[in-house]
Amino acid sequence: MSTVPLESILEGRRSQPQQLIEVLQDVQENYGYIPEDVMRSVSKHLGVPLMEVYRVANFYKSFSLKPRGKNLITICMGTACHVRGAHLLLDQVLGQLGLAPGATTEDGEFTIERVNCLGACALGPVVVHNGNYHHHITPNKLRKLITSLRSASTEETAHA
Amino acid sequence: MPKLKTAPDLELFRAELHQERARFPVTITICGGTGCQASQSKYVFQALKQELGAHGLDKRVWVRRSGCHGFCEQGPLMVIEPSNIFYCHITPDDVPDIVQQTMRNNVIIEKLLYTDPISGKKIQTEAEIPFYRSQDRLLLSQNRLVDPCSIDDFIAVGGYSAISKVLATMKPEKIIETIKESGLRGRGGGGFPTGQKWAECRAALGDEKYVICNADEGDPGAYMDRSILEGNPHLVLEGMLIGAFAIGAEYGYIYVRREYPLAVEHARTALKQAREYGLLGEHILGSPFSFDVEIARGGGAFVCGESTALMASLEGKVGEPRPKDVHTVEEGLWNKPTTLNNVETWANVPFIINNGSAWFAAKGTRNSKGTKIIALTGHIRNTGLVEVALGTSLNTVIYDIGGGPANGKAIKAVQTGGPSGGCLPVSKFDLPIDFDALYEAGSMVGSGGMVVMDESTCMVDVAKYFLQFLQDESCGKCVPCRLGIDRMLEIITDITEGRGKREHIALLQDLADTVQQTSLCGLGKTAPNPVLSTLRYFPEEYEAHVIQKRCPAKVCKPLITFAIDVEKCSGCGRCFAACPHGAISGEKKQAHVINPQSCNKCGICAEECKFQAITIN
Repeated sequence: MSTVPLESILEGRRSQPQQLIEVLQDVQENYGYIPEDVMRSVSKHLGVPLMEVYRVANFYKSFSLKPRGKNLITICMGTACHVRGAHLLLDQVLGQLGLAPGATTEDGEFTIERVNCLGACALGPVVVHNGNYHHHITPNKLRKLITSLRSASTEETAHA
Repeated sequence: MPKLKTAPDLELFRAELHQERARFPVTITICGGTGCQASQSKYVFQALKQELGAHGLDKRVWVRRSGCHGFCEQGPLMVIEPSNIFYCHITPDDVPDIVQQTMRNNVIIEKLLYTDPISGKKIQTEAEIPFYRSQDRLLLSQNRLVDPCSIDDFIAVGGYSAISKVLATMKPEKIIETIKESGLRGRGGGGFPTGQKWAECRAALGDEKYVICNADEGDPGAYMDRSILEGNPHLVLEGMLIGAFAIGAEYGYIYVRREYPLAVEHARTALKQAREYGLLGEHILGSPFSFDVEIARGGGAFVCGESTALMASLEGKVGEPRPKDVHTVEEGLWNKPTTLNNVETWANVPFIINNGSAWFAAKGTRNSKGTKIIALTGHIRNTGLVEVALGTSLNTVIYDIGGGPANGKAIKAVQTGGPSGGCLPVSKFDLPIDFDALYEAGSMVGSGGMVVMDESTCMVDVAKYFLQFLQDESCGKCVPCRLGIDRMLEIITDITEGRGKREHIALLQDLADTVQQTSLCGLGKTAPNPVLSTLRYFPEEYEAHVIQKRCPAKVCKPLITFAIDVEKCSGCGRCFAACPHGAISGEKKQAHVINPQSCNKCGICAEECKFQAITIN
């Protein structure tokens, strides 16, 4: 994840309340979530009350108020994916990792999110792992993907 | 590249482009849409560039990475012109063969051709493939001819000639008249007459006006707007330019979903290029007309597809709708007159200007003119984007173009129009795709999503799925939507979990009527449609759940059990090893058993079993 300083995200947008969502989009992209101190700075620099910043950050699904895991797994829950069994994928992954949707594992390795459609309907069910699309996924394929990511991370720790 | 300062500059530049491109006798197009990217088309493109270079063919063969071709199921796709050879499911490993055999020796590679699933025959050209043959591709036809990141490609196929014509020869009133006469209706779901919207916005008081392109395509199962904006962004931009000139706006916005990263990137590139060429900015093509566009990324809220919520979001606020007693064409963004159209609507505009309203109105039905792009998905053989003249029957789209069911199971319904639409049974498949006809049948054309469902789909579960979606997406501002959907979901959950009572069905109907009539915005007003349409056409499925506590499609988990057929089980142990819940036991080479207490009904055992020994009851 690149870390563009908040200064450059705010560049040219100061005192422009209408830029709030665009600023938060960039914060989300660069920090992986919307930290509290950043919300405070954004509030001050854009001239938007902190409560409103929090309200907007909380309203839109793109924004996460907590840090996400190293592996962000997004499961598409669109209709086309649903009729091809996406709910089974969600059950599988939540069961395997013992998580609720949107939550992150304690070791910070995995975050599972659901999205209401990625527009890759022809290839469903679709799962996205850190921006890479996996198509025609089955519960078993997903299980294997997570197992392999898990062992990759254990190896990394062992080498460190 | 110097700016195009006048209309003749543009034409001169177009002629130069044609001359330059005539030097390449062969063009290879590789689909780079999101679907084909997911199937790794990027690596095919890189490999092809490299291989052609190595053979010294890079001066003869033009290679283009285009937007979505629509036949996503077969991706990555490649079309070789002028012979129109169509290769599918290509991998980078196939590239040396393609260059050596097809490009050098003119030999067609059989294994890369598309196989007609019905006749089993290999098909050589794109034009002969049944999926494409029965379509009427107006908007999508350009996707294959342009690289979305190249304004030159767009100009070469005649791009920006409509705005040039408008600025030189047409008065705003005349443009609006043309759009009105064409009969173009909004493609985003509402189906409102576009020309009328423009006329009202032009007539509204105020010097400062806005145009907005709604690319917040939130309907699950619809992705035509993504494909157009991602595959041909300049076409959308040209439509916006014409609209802005017609209503008198100098500024516009493209509000695009953040979940479509490629569309955001391509739209940004398009704006940058258009500014460099002088097609955005001050005094476009030497005229007094000035216009610029900004991109805003949606925050992942379905309700922001609603016009007033979208405008609130553009203002940097939470996306909550407001009552529409004053229309947005009078008081929209920043309370100024605003015209909001969806991507596909904007994309139609340059074609209407270039070819005339009569040409456009010649296609379609009495009240639904032109073509419509359909996202055909679900349990169907040929999934992908389909463009047909409005008025084409559901049967034609599902069976002739879609090729019928995917895995031998009978099709039982099609869901059209996303969460605002409904489910239509096979008996209604002779209906035309027409705004009014589908509405009367309890569904709608909507944005054009069509999810085909076979007998493995439970219609009660589908209704529950949409209610869950809408409960999740309701902004919570008005009570009928916030609480009404909640209660409906509660009832339908009870039904799918075996706690349903007879009186629940009447109660559902009652609640649906209330939510429909009293919600603030379109989201709530149409939210009951999936429930109402499934109740109307599939009452027997509700009855089976409520009375017999049975899910005929074997989907609703609390109503089904998994077991192993001892006759078929070979005792191979695959299911035992795969079960994540430790619910399967048995000795090697002997029939295994599932412990119903620990079984989570995930279906992994059925997926693993090579002997179809897992049964669902």
